[in-house]
Amino acid sequence: MSHTPLFSAPHAHQATSIRRTMWLVILALLPATVYGLYLFGWPALNLFVVTVASALLAEAFSLRLAGKAVKPFLFDGSALLTGWLLALTLPPWAPWWIGVVGALLAIVIGKQVFGGIGQNLFNPAMVARVALLISFPLEMTTFLTPLPMFSANAPSFVEGLAISFSQGINLDAVSSASLLGHVKTELGQGHLLPDVLTSVYDLKTLLSGNTPGSLGETSALLILVGGLLLLFLRIISWHIPLAMLGTLAMMATFFHWLDPAHYPDAVYHLFSGAAMLGAFFIATDLVTSPVTARGQLLFGAGCGLLVYIIRTWAAYPEGVAFAVLLMNATTPLIDHYLKPRIYGRRRDGSPLQHRNRLSEGGGT
Amino acid sequence: MLAAITSLMLLGFALGSLLGLASRYLKVEGNPLQKEIEEMLPGSQCGQCGYPGCAAAAEALANSRAPVTLCPPGGVVLAEALAGKLGVSIDLSTLEEKQPMVAFVNEGLCIGCGRCYKRCPTDALVGGPKQIHVVISDSCTACEKCIDVCPTACIEMRPIPVTLQTWHWPKPSLAYTA
Amino acid sequence: MKLFRIRGGVHPQEHKQLSAHKAIEVMPMPELLRIPLQQHIGSPAVPVVRKGDSVLKGQLLAHAQGMISAPVHAPTSGRIIAIGKHIAPHPSGLPVRTITLKADGNDRWIDLPGPVDPFTLDANEISERVAAAGIVGMGGASFPSAVKLNLGKRFSLHTLVINGAECEPYLTCDDRLMREHATEILDGVRIMMRALGVAHCLFAIESNKAQAHEAISKAAGNHNGIRTVKVPVRYPMGSEKHLVQTLTGEETPARALTADIGVVVHNVATAFAVHEAVRFHLPLISRVVTVSGGAIKHPRNLRVAVGTPVRELLAHCGGFREEPARLLSGGPMMGQPIINTGIPVVKGSNAVLALTAAETATHPAMPCIRCGSCVKACPCGLVPVEISARTRHGDLQGAADLGLMDCISCGSCAYVCPSHLPLVQYFNYAKGELTARQRAEHKQKETKRLAEQRAERIAREKKAKREAMMRRRQAARKRTKSEKAGANV
Repeated sequence: MSHTPLFSAPHAHQATSIRRTMWLVILALLPATVYGLYLFGWPALNLFVVTVASALLAEAFSLRLAGKAVKPFLFDGSALLTGWLLALTLPPWAPWWIGVVGALLAIVIGKQVFGGIGQNLFNPAMVARVALLISFPLEMTTFLTPLPMFSANAPSFVEGLAISFSQGINLDAVSSASLLGHVKTELGQGHLLPDVLTSVYDLKTLLSGNTPGSLGETSALLILVGGLLLLFLRIISWHIPLAMLGTLAMMATFFHWLDPAHYPDAVYHLFSGAAMLGAFFIATDLVTSPVTARGQLLFGAGCGLLVYIIRTWAAYPEGVAFAVLLMNATTPLIDHYLKPRIYGRRRDGSPLQHRNRLSEGGGT
Repeated sequence: MLAAITSLMLLGFALGSLLGLASRYLKVEGNPLQKEIEEMLPGSQCGQCGYPGCAAAAEALANSRAPVTLCPPGGVVLAEALAGKLGVSIDLSTLEEKQPMVAFVNEGLCIGCGRCYKRCPTDALVGGPKQIHVVISDSCTACEKCIDVCPTACIEMRPIPVTLQTWHWPKPSLAYTA
Repeated sequence: MKLFRIRGGVHPQEHKQLSAHKAIEVMPMPELLRIPLQQHIGSPAVPVVRKGDSVLKGQLLAHAQGMISAPVHAPTSGRIIAIGKHIAPHPSGLPVRTITLKADGNDRWIDLPGPVDPFTLDANEISERVAAAGIVGMGGASFPSAVKLNLGKRFSLHTLVINGAECEPYLTCDDRLMREHATEILDGVRIMMRALGVAHCLFAIESNKAQAHEAISKAAGNHNGIRTVKVPVRYPMGSEKHLVQTLTGEETPARALTADIGVVVHNVATAFAVHEAVRFHLPLISRVVTVSGGAIKHPRNLRVAVGTPVRELLAHCGGFREEPARLLSGGPMMGQPIINTGIPVVKGSNAVLALTAAETATHPAMPCIRCGSCVKACPCGLVPVEISARTRHGDLQGAADLGLMDCISCGSCAYVCPSHLPLVQYFNYAKGELTARQRAEHKQKETKRLAEQRAERIAREKKAKREAMMRRRQAARKRTKSEKAGANV
């Protein structure tokens, strides 16, 4: 009798699990991913497959090494999602080994070294992305104007294999700077914004994503759709995206108002680069963001602020990865200080006082 | 150059004299830690720790010669308090293995000799000469001193039975950690 | 009426349709009744009958002991065949002192005094009758109701709240009682208002029980002072403090009672029992129990004699449709596992549920991914993820510092956890272990005191002995001296 396993309440459970959460996030990423793969053709697909497969292999290997059960963890979808997100942030025609090295960095250094799922302090995909950016700056900043699959100038499947897997393909012919990179360079050379932007800046292009950029970051609209789906499914809450995009927009609007010749407006910041992907899919990573609503607001605002600062005044044209990593480091601190108020207590933890006892001395 | 040398020398001299003065005027007699630790121990001198009494145990603790988990009557609570006092981390596994026990007098064998209650450090055994002795389980620390002196070996230690009032849910064991 | 929002909470699937349409049915008296002496919070009752005694229905079997306790009465006529230990309706499966009654089948009542008009009684008389009838809170907590009816003496109260929320899934016993016995319940409510000395009553019913709400509103009629309120469907709406906050907007201070903000909460079934006890002198010897769940062949609402073994209820409902994954006493959110169907129904049992694996939807636990769902769901503003992490690493004091003792074990956090962590068990373990440590600490202090006393006593005895010896010696010396002197004479 005492050998029956003792189950504690509750005895019912919401239809939720880690696997479901991860797969829903992947589902939300699907539109932007498919569109990105279409835009950048076979080489992008090669890179994507290589990155995701490497992430899964790295996960399986690490789990085996740690002596953990491989099956439940490998199929919980977390490694798949990490690889997926990493692939979306890579330049679409980057060589295959960028994907492999990135996936290894993300899974082994970014996640498993900390103790596996739930234990990592930093967003694994962003750890990998930043490490790659610093180690291989050339490969990580070679962007190109989209050449949609099956279009006239697009590489064929065989040419795609050559681009992804063999050395020495000269990409100069097709390469083109991303919007953020272009503007940064031009501003650095003393040009003024109105002249710089006229040729390249167009909201419609940014929304549709038909512009140079990372594999899955270009279409702000499709990412936004995925993000709203996550909000609707309550996988993420609105706090981080709103705080991050809101802060970014406010900073941009303020400085644009001060000096329109040097500071682009809010729309430019919100719909370019990784801002949208970062706000809905990267900063909201469950493991590395704060657990309380107020903490998430602060975290999101910090991300937005740092993105603006890095984009505007630092050496790199894009700052989402750095911003998220920096804020990840503050998550434990935020969680320590920003807690909800406990029922029946003040914020400082002392009980509320409005007793109306007739005589003192009665116990509770 | 000269200014730097002079100022550093002066600084060193001033701080050095301060230390010298402190060692003279703030001198502490004996080891205060030992005294404080002894205050924390149960003081029943039961000897379950292997030291002749609580004072000896306190000395060993103060000099880091004994683990903070040494005192069975003190249990986890005392071990944690001592660890906090001494600033060490503890391994509670040794304590958790020990089930709390209480002395039990086998009434059929007890001859009422009275040796056990004279020996009991917490007066947990009561009874008169030629009468069967009874254990007050709330006071018993299971130090086993009574077992040593009982001529008929009628005392044994039994685990304290769990009741509806003392039962609580066990700590969950998670399968995925295996 | 303006209602106030409470924090957190969840919306579990209701499953009430399984038994909500089934009228309350009186369950046939079983042959053997097991009546525990402790069916309430507080001291166990003390038996006043002996093995072999014949008793009549409603006869006192055991009287209350101490301030917080409740007596126990015979649910039917028959013979006491044992007073001993029997497995308790408790997850531990430990034994509890139990009276075993063999029914004689006549179900013959003891002579009862005639009905009285409760509104001629004063507050003390009402609470005395409630105490004598052995009434305890029937929502599950089983706190002696008379003690709660006496709160008017210690607090200045303004409102009685009747808890008809029944927020646990599957449970329909209160719903049925309100539909079928609205008049009796409201009579009980008025009696309780009189005992408490309050002029206002808020009768809270979750909005998914339209028929119950209608019946109660109709019965309340134009009695001013009693107001029926539809409260939103959200678990844990039935938690006393959260219900009061929903209705009044006021938050009960931590470690205090709702009486501290002038409100007393009673369950609908308790109100019904009060009506029967005060008006007709009927002791609490039966209650309505919902038998439900996907694994039960014929879910029902049964009026069951206290002491009826659970297996009789299951048999009466046609047994299992399939082998249940969980067999529970109480609702799925806070109910306790039944580890032996021999345990009896007690005054606080509101349901027996047999859930299928699909209904429980539990999976093996995975590591925490810090998603914060539990923080959002917690109605008490706690951070379950941190409390459970600290508990897991043995830092119980740290868990307590984060508000562990403010946790009401409602299970909302564990219900939403995507990692399926047994959060509530962590908290229950930590609470129990902390209490055990407090006991140990108290015992250690006591040991120290005893040891010091003993050392003092031994020193005193030694000193006394030494002094006595000295006196004897002196006396002896004197004697020899005087003898010498005498010899010299």
